[in-house]
Amino acid sequence: MTPEIGHYAVALALVFSIAQGAIPLWGAYKNNPLLMNFAVPTARFQFIFVLLAFVCLIISFVESDFSVALVAQNSHTLKPLIYKISGVWGNHEGSMLLWILILALFGLLVGEFGNNLPPSLRARVLSIQGLIGAGFIAFLLFTSNPFLRLDPSPLQGSGLNPLLQDPGLAFHPPFLYLGYVGFSMAFSFAIAALIEGRVDPAWARWVRPWTLVAWTSLTIGIALGSWWAYYELGWGGWWFWDPVENASFLPWLLGTALLHSALVLEKRDTLKSWTILLSILAFGASLLGTFLVRSGVLTSVHTFATDPERGVFLLLLFLIVLGGGLLLYAIRAQSLKVGGLFAPISREGALILNNLFLATSFAVVLLGTLYPLLLDAFDASKVSVGAPFFNATFVPLMVPLLIACPIGAKMAWKRGDLSGALSRLKAAFAASLVVIIFSMLLDENRSLLAAGSLGIAAWLMIGTTLDFLEKIGLPKRSAGEVFRRFVNLPRSAWGAATAHFALGVMVAGITVSSVWQVERIQIMRPGDKVEIGGYTVLFEGAGQVDGPNYTALQGSFSVFKGTDKLTVLLPEKRSYPAENSSTTEAAIHTNFYSDLYIVLGDADQKGGWATRIYFNPLVPWIWVGAILMAAGGALSLTDRRLRVGAPRRAVHPENSAIPEEH
Amino acid sequence: MFQRVTFLPLAIVFAVSVLFAIYLWQIGPGGKDISTLPSAMIDKPVPEFDLAPIEGRKLGLKSGDLKSGLSLVNVWASWCPPCRVEHPFLMALAEKGVTIYGINYRDKPADALRFLRNLGDPYKRIGADTTGRVSIDWGIYGYPETFLVDQTGRIRYRHVGPISSEVIETVFNPLMDKISKK
Repeated sequence: MTPEIGHYAVALALVFSIAQGAIPLWGAYKNNPLLMNFAVPTARFQFIFVLLAFVCLIISFVESDFSVALVAQNSHTLKPLIYKISGVWGNHEGSMLLWILILALFGLLVGEFGNNLPPSLRARVLSIQGLIGAGFIAFLLFTSNPFLRLDPSPLQGSGLNPLLQDPGLAFHPPFLYLGYVGFSMAFSFAIAALIEGRVDPAWARWVRPWTLVAWTSLTIGIALGSWWAYYELGWGGWWFWDPVENASFLPWLLGTALLHSALVLEKRDTLKSWTILLSILAFGASLLGTFLVRSGVLTSVHTFATDPERGVFLLLLFLIVLGGGLLLYAIRAQSLKVGGLFAPISREGALILNNLFLATSFAVVLLGTLYPLLLDAFDASKVSVGAPFFNATFVPLMVPLLIACPIGAKMAWKRGDLSGALSRLKAAFAASLVVIIFSMLLDENRSLLAAGSLGIAAWLMIGTTLDFLEKIGLPKRSAGEVFRRFVNLPRSAWGAATAHFALGVMVAGITVSSVWQVERIQIMRPGDKVEIGGYTVLFEGAGQVDGPNYTALQGSFSVFKGTDKLTVLLPEKRSYPAENSSTTEAAIHTNFYSDLYIVLGDADQKGGWATRIYFNPLVPWIWVGAILMAAGGALSLTDRRLRVGAPRRAVHPENSAIPEEH
Repeated sequence: MFQRVTFLPLAIVFAVSVLFAIYLWQIGPGGKDISTLPSAMIDKPVPEFDLAPIEGRKLGLKSGDLKSGLSLVNVWASWCPPCRVEHPFLMALAEKGVTIYGINYRDKPADALRFLRNLGDPYKRIGADTTGRVSIDWGIYGYPETFLVDQTGRIRYRHVGPISSEVIETVFNPLMDKISKK
């Protein structure tokens, strides 16, 4: 019964999403409040029914109801409960349902908390959300129904890909989708604004929290995915420029650009057309990623089973949503009035520079990702673009962006003072030089690139800190004044400082871990020792252990620092009989500065075991940086102006600081 | 009047969609298989390059070296685990008299030399691609990759990932026989 309820709920959700897409849009056109208000309850019902369907699917997975085809293909009775649940989104159909659930959730939130929006804007935003929802629910229902039954039903399921049976991966897709789908809000707001023909600072302020939620979630989602790749793939690497990794990185780059350009729009009422374009394209990039992963045009460890029919449907959705949005943009964009003027050397100028570099790096990554498809489509030959291309193009684009970041943050709006900003960053500049010289002296390879990257990392961290100190009045002001400023500093300033600092932490982690990684690969017999990164690793032996749904060969390594025994690391080679495949589980000993990373390889028949031991210095900083960056986004989200300061023109027109819209 | 420039994003998205449509049509039922990775370089001359030897070795590698006879060009690095996996197969091929050249991708000389000392050295010549520039010219995707180059210096086959006895039996040996008989 449960799958049928779920199936029916999806159908009902489709009906409500169509109503949500059509009626309020018509109402806003006719300026009919009754029809416009229709948006809120339809959004509510759409969410309730999608949630019901999702719960039904979870129940089917938890109960191991193998009469449901999807459960039979992706679950197994012996799987731990958490992976039965995460198995719901470990496949195409279920993850699409999660995608739709999050889309409906955003619609619900606008309906419930969007009371400060002008009614026509809210109606239009919800309509666009409804139309996107209708498209994807139809996609689910007609090409990817997760509730299809099997007859006869098998006694046992075929299990979930063991690589996906992992806590990091259990939460990777939900965060990723919160990010992807979260950009639909900026898209819907942009389309609604284009229909209304009005983009102003109030609009930017309404959109900001949604963009921040999406960006923060996407940051966490990408970081989780890369963390997973680091410890699960057992190669000691954490980013491979895989097309599907790029697909998640593309919306992140545009979303970052959007966060910055929307600031200019909010503070200075300019850069309207560009911000609208970014809002549309950020979601477009999310849709592109969805298409690439689910249509079968890419082959990758991440992609779902290929089905050309789904590809055609998704391509049509991509074309209608993004093409429609951009057509509207093409027609309406030039009617947006140009706002405040500013000198090139100014905060606005710096943010435009930021956008230029982010947009260019977006274009480069996009080109690198699509170029193989382009050649293949026209030439019947296949070429692939890997890490060498991205390292040669993306990194040089990031260097000026990162160098400019602390300087730009110091600029005043309208007209900035470059030499003033530079002179106030003297200390940071000197410190970075010291870092560069020291790393040149300490590094045996004398790598200028590595030393320079470290200098940039120091520049970002120290420059951002100096700027923050100056904002709260240190060292010139009195203690009381400093405390007052410290408390009153807007959360968005806290957020920006945190995120920029985090960027420095991340650059340091990426540089040091990729340049000074130490690797030892050898055959070890029980009792053998390896010295690495100041640790002594003693191989105790290997034996068989049993997990709930796998058997594993587990190696035992004692780790010493000097004569102190720090820990015992237990890397495993797991083999999953149900799925007939195996995984490597690296064992990692981490402190804040470095990881000791051990992978157990094959036995050599003579009592020896192939082992790979890595010393990865500063690798934890990559994840610390990502977490800090997301924390910066979350801090900014708590900014007072996003809650209290948002204009309430619709409710109290007389108190509004923003001119009337109609 | 519309400003033309505002239509540019739409035009790009449209062009990309057309590309996808063509591609989807090609990989449709009965269409071409995209799971293998042949190279755009197939049947083309090897790219021009001249690489210095790994520090501590004598023989470097340049494009001219590849015209003296049928050979394999293996792109590897000491930090690449699959390279270790395939290494015994390269050793076996070298013992049978196959000429193997190496391109050592972004490696530290000491690590690369230790790799060869510990696992054996099947390579006739090795060029050290310290910057990764030559690997871009070859269109390298992952490591290792192995190319079959004929006596005229043309690339005849590309294999991505570690080679195995199966790949040698079913692909390289038949292909090498075919080429050398001509």
